Amino acid sequence: MGDRPAKRRFRHRAQGALLLLFFAGALFAQAIDPLPFKNHAEEVRFQQLTRQLRCLVCQNENLADSNADLARDLRREVFQLMQSGKSDDEIKQYLVDRYSDFVLYDPPVQPSTWLLWFGPLLILLAGAGVVVVTIRKRSRSSAPPASNGASANDEGDDW
Amino acid sequence: MSRLVPFFGFMLLVVLFGFGIWWNTQHDQREVPSPLINKPAPAYVLPKLDDPAQTVSRESMLGKPYLINVFASWCIACGEEHPVLMIEGQNIGVPLVGYNYKDEPDDAKAWLARHGNPYGLIIADRDGRTAIDFGVYGAPESFLVDAKGVIRYKRIGPLTPAVIEKELKPAIAALAKETP
Repeated sequence: MGDRPAKRRFRHRAQGALLLLFFAGALFAQAIDPLPFKNHAEEVRFQQLTRQLRCLVCQNENLADSNADLARDLRREVFQLMQSGKSDDEIKQYLVDRYSDFVLYDPPVQPSTWLLWFGPLLILLAGAGVVVVTIRKRSRSSAPPASNGASANDEGDDW
Repeated sequence: MSRLVPFFGFMLLVVLFGFGIWWNTQHDQREVPSPLINKPAPAYVLPKLDDPAQTVSRESMLGKPYLINVFASWCIACGEEHPVLMIEGQNIGVPLVGYNYKDEPDDAKAWLARHGNPYGLIIADRDGRTAIDFGVYGAPESFLVDAKGVIRYKRIGPLTPAVIEKELKPAIAALAKETP
């Protein structure tokens, strides 16, 4: 009778341990190839950097996630460049020199990408302009007919 | 008149969409233009496939234009390209240098024995380290290197008879005009 709670507690703990093991497995599955990082900060830096770089084989994957052979080679390359004391920007430039700006998920802001970076803003402004013009026109035209009756208003609401 | 505005907006989108479709039939989305065109080829020192004791380098190849063709026995598209190289390799006017990419030497030799060897010289890059300097991201790829060691043209994907006629041969002809 007295050992029942203890047993239950044990079972809970066992379940917890199992669950932990399960998630640990998921964690290790993330690291596709083990690299000898010196410390956790270095690994975090590596992960952040490779997440900003595109795999050229599976072009919708980043270097951190891709299983492609080339991605593995490039991860190793990035790791070695980190070991030799290169900064993130230097490593990015190293890859851009070989594979063009395409390896960067964020294209650099330069004249050829102005439309890409600021195009959406232009479209937004144009849309806002259209809305402002439409509202002004409608408020101007709907003010006098308001006294005429509802029929004029209905027509304005068509679209 | 203002009722037509949404219609014109819609037509604008249709035209944009149609242009997008047309553009993608003309261009390979996967193709990433190399930043190395008209730049010196990266310095490389690689062993020969049939005699690893001997190495070939960028410096040792200076003086004459040549075409580097990246291939591997595991690469399916290389198998498609191979018969074209067997026929056209002799006619392009520059030596064809095989670049065996991330391959087991024995596999590569067996593959060449089975399908034929169009290359005058084959260099081997087993770990693919030098290929990163060349910006190789998928075999087959081909690089036209001029007499000064500058990359003048790059083909990503198999060389086909059409590509050889329309792109490679004109590029080689342009080289021939430069060198007196």
